[in-house]
Amino acid sequence: MSRQSLTKAHKKITELSWEPTFATPAERYATDYKFDKSPKKDPLKQVLRSYFPMEEEKDNRVYGAMDGAIRGNMFRQVQQRWMEWQKLFLSIIPFPEISAARAMPMSIGAVPNPQIHNGLAVQMIDEVRHSTIQMNLKRLYMNHYIDPAGFDISEKAFSNCYAGTIGRQFGEGFITGDAITAANVYLTVVAETAFTNTLFVAMPSEAAANGDYLLPTVFHSVQSDESRHISNGYSILLMALADEDNRQLLERDLRYAWWNNHCVVDAAIGTFIEYGTKDRRKDRESYAEMWRRWIYDDYYRSYLIPLEKYGLVIPHDLVEEAWNRIWNKGYVHKVAQFFSTGWPVNYWRIDGMTDDDFEWFESKYPGWYNQYGKWWEAYNRLRHPNGHKPIAFEDVGYQYPQRCWTCMVPCLVREDIVCDEVDGQWRTYCSETCHWTDAVAFRPEYQGRPTPSMGRLTGKREWETMYHNWDLADIITDLGYVRDDGKTLIPQPHLDLDDPKKLWTLDDVRGLPFPSPNVTLNEMSDAEREQYIADYKVHPNRTP
Amino acid sequence: MSTPPTTSGTRDFPKPEFTDAEAGALEFPSSNSRSYNYFTPARMRASMYEDVTVDVQPDPDRHLLQGWIYAFADGQAGYPKEWTELRSSDWHTFLDPNGEWEQTIYRNNAGAVRQVQNNLTNAKAGGAYAKWGKGWTEFVAHHVGAWMHAEHGLGMHVFIAIQRSAATNMINNAMSVNGAHKLRFAQDLALYNLDLSETIEDFDGAVHREVWQSEDVWQSVRENVERLTAIQDWAEALFATNVIFESLVGELFRSELVMQIAARNGDYTTPTIMGVGENDYSRDLSYTRALLTMLVTDETHGAHNIETLERWTERWLPVSLAAARSLQPLWSQPAERVIRFEDSLDRAKDRLRGILADLRLTEPKELVS
Repeated sequence: MSRQSLTKAHKKITELSWEPTFATPAERYATDYKFDKSPKKDPLKQVLRSYFPMEEEKDNRVYGAMDGAIRGNMFRQVQQRWMEWQKLFLSIIPFPEISAARAMPMSIGAVPNPQIHNGLAVQMIDEVRHSTIQMNLKRLYMNHYIDPAGFDISEKAFSNCYAGTIGRQFGEGFITGDAITAANVYLTVVAETAFTNTLFVAMPSEAAANGDYLLPTVFHSVQSDESRHISNGYSILLMALADEDNRQLLERDLRYAWWNNHCVVDAAIGTFIEYGTKDRRKDRESYAEMWRRWIYDDYYRSYLIPLEKYGLVIPHDLVEEAWNRIWNKGYVHKVAQFFSTGWPVNYWRIDGMTDDDFEWFESKYPGWYNQYGKWWEAYNRLRHPNGHKPIAFEDVGYQYPQRCWTCMVPCLVREDIVCDEVDGQWRTYCSETCHWTDAVAFRPEYQGRPTPSMGRLTGKREWETMYHNWDLADIITDLGYVRDDGKTLIPQPHLDLDDPKKLWTLDDVRGLPFPSPNVTLNEMSDAEREQYIADYKVHPNRTP
Repeated sequence: MSTPPTTSGTRDFPKPEFTDAEAGALEFPSSNSRSYNYFTPARMRASMYEDVTVDVQPDPDRHLLQGWIYAFADGQAGYPKEWTELRSSDWHTFLDPNGEWEQTIYRNNAGAVRQVQNNLTNAKAGGAYAKWGKGWTEFVAHHVGAWMHAEHGLGMHVFIAIQRSAATNMINNAMSVNGAHKLRFAQDLALYNLDLSETIEDFDGAVHREVWQSEDVWQSVRENVERLTAIQDWAEALFATNVIFESLVGELFRSELVMQIAARNGDYTTPTIMGVGENDYSRDLSYTRALLTMLVTDETHGAHNIETLERWTERWLPVSLAAARSLQPLWSQPAERVIRFEDSLDRAKDRLRGILADLRLTEPKELVS
């Protein structure tokens, strides 16, 4: 369809909506935002007559590449270190995608602009596409990669693993609570506009470097839909800015959404890119360098800061603190170390770091070896079952962390932990902002104004509580992370599949009680708790 | 994208490595576990549709260990089963008989778009519109034009709205696709209208809005559509739209009127476009029937569901019957009248009676001929 006829066609389809007089659409999802004074902003034009053939063509290219990968024996060249992390990533991501589809009626209901409705409806179809195309990619991995265990239990494992729950925020956060907070600010303005850059652009390039060119094929195809979604989000944001009363809510939501996305996405994607790769060329960009380019320069400086001209207060402090956590506080390294400490309750295998990795990390993050090197050496030493326990239960100078009540990533930047009694329970938070999110933002009142539509943090938020003091072998059995011989674990702290003696079984992890840090914290007296938190903050967590 | 030279001036790129990480390279526990094993497929082997759809939307009743982690202000979280009055022993039993997933959605809809465009191109090339009489041209401008609004309203404010609401991914995806069908078909009609405006000299391409908004014959239909968008209960909205409204009003207008009389009025183009919409509806009715059949045959909740559906039928049948009857004058507008309104309505009622009987619902008195 030519551009001229597309413009005409788009103008014509704007005639489809009308002002109802008998009844108005059901109000299912409340918002505290107001759009009465908003000018109508028109997002990117999209007509279904051109959309469906365009997407079909994109699909044909994706499926052609899939056939090519199989015929070309791609899996003879993929790095297992990389593929194992895909068991986690591809179990999480289809849910946020489908949640984005489900979020669209929340925005449609909240924003009285039929032209935006059209763009949001097309986004809904895109998101169904993304969810199912990603499930299919995973299915292909399961069929053709050497170790299908973990892919085969994918959506179940996503639902019961601590790591899946962390990722689930990036999905549930789109569909629950205040409609605009969830479906516009959290989903579109922050997650899609900022963090899909690292998810769908940075990560695929790392996949390609590890012999996997299907992930880039699928995710770049997905990313090519995202620009339309970004346009939807920006249009709604500008409409919201037209009403002074929305400013306070926007500022609250930008702080929450920015920080939560940083906590969750940087934890996961940072780990995949830095610890899932075998590409240790010194010229390869580190995650920190990618973040600086894609998120700091591309999003913060080019998208967020210009919003200041509308009088919006941008969370500069939180952008700088996210960078500070990545660059100075070792956030990604600490998360990777935690995932690896907890390997027995994962559903993927984690390769240890080698001398080549050490060298690369030291060159990219000076001081890395001093903090983490010896721990990874211990991880390698303890990788095969040999009468010892998994690393989390051996004394290697690593104290199992408290979990952040809000973002559910553990409190790994230990000096930043916040402990507070909220809703009658002692809770720990990874940062002041996560504490604020729970104690201040997700409440029915904000800075003296009623916010009756704001959501709530709920659920059994500390995963370890579910299995407080259970035997590790029983936990793994209950989770279903056992291979088809009924005893060998799906997770392993290495990639060696050549010798059954190197594979951990239930017998190797029996007799190890796994206490919940939060239950233990709540059993302490005030004095004990104060001392515990003071010690926690200064614990070096360094293997001697 | 080319690899930029490094500071030393040489090109730097990752080195491929032979890893032998393909299936079958080694035998070890689970090395042959190559199917998703967390759900039971309907047949011996899971379909592609099941693999990419089942359990993507988690459920505390299945594997979701820590429960939903965000809630609405009233404490409801995730996909509450209470968002419909209907009940199921296991909502996850429902599988879309159309097996809709990414590839089917784009193949089918791109095919529909191509079919419409080819028809329009051929019609233009063949000078098909020249054979239209003034009365028929006006009928298409006014009434075929008005119908686009019904399709759009139902797509945007019934189906897209309710695909956030149901308890499983399988149900929500089916309703998403239903929404996409409706919006695409509404746009097909709008762009057809645009084509006609550009081709037929005295074709009024703007009048459809006024007709839909204020012409008497359409007001009960518009009222019906608007009231459907206002239903809170997602299953009630689905039932009242796809079973009651579509049978009595949608098919009545598309199949029983436009498709029957167009050819006699020299128009072989409009029926081909309406036919695409009818094909969408037959897919959409198919999943709706499958879902409702599952619910009325539920051993525990079947009786409750039948009672609820009968109550909804009592509520919505008179509304859609009134809408259907309000369309009656359209049957006498075209120059060539080949069918009587009452015959058309009887056929629509027959079809609805058949669907309700299949769903084990008592025949409503309004449907007795």
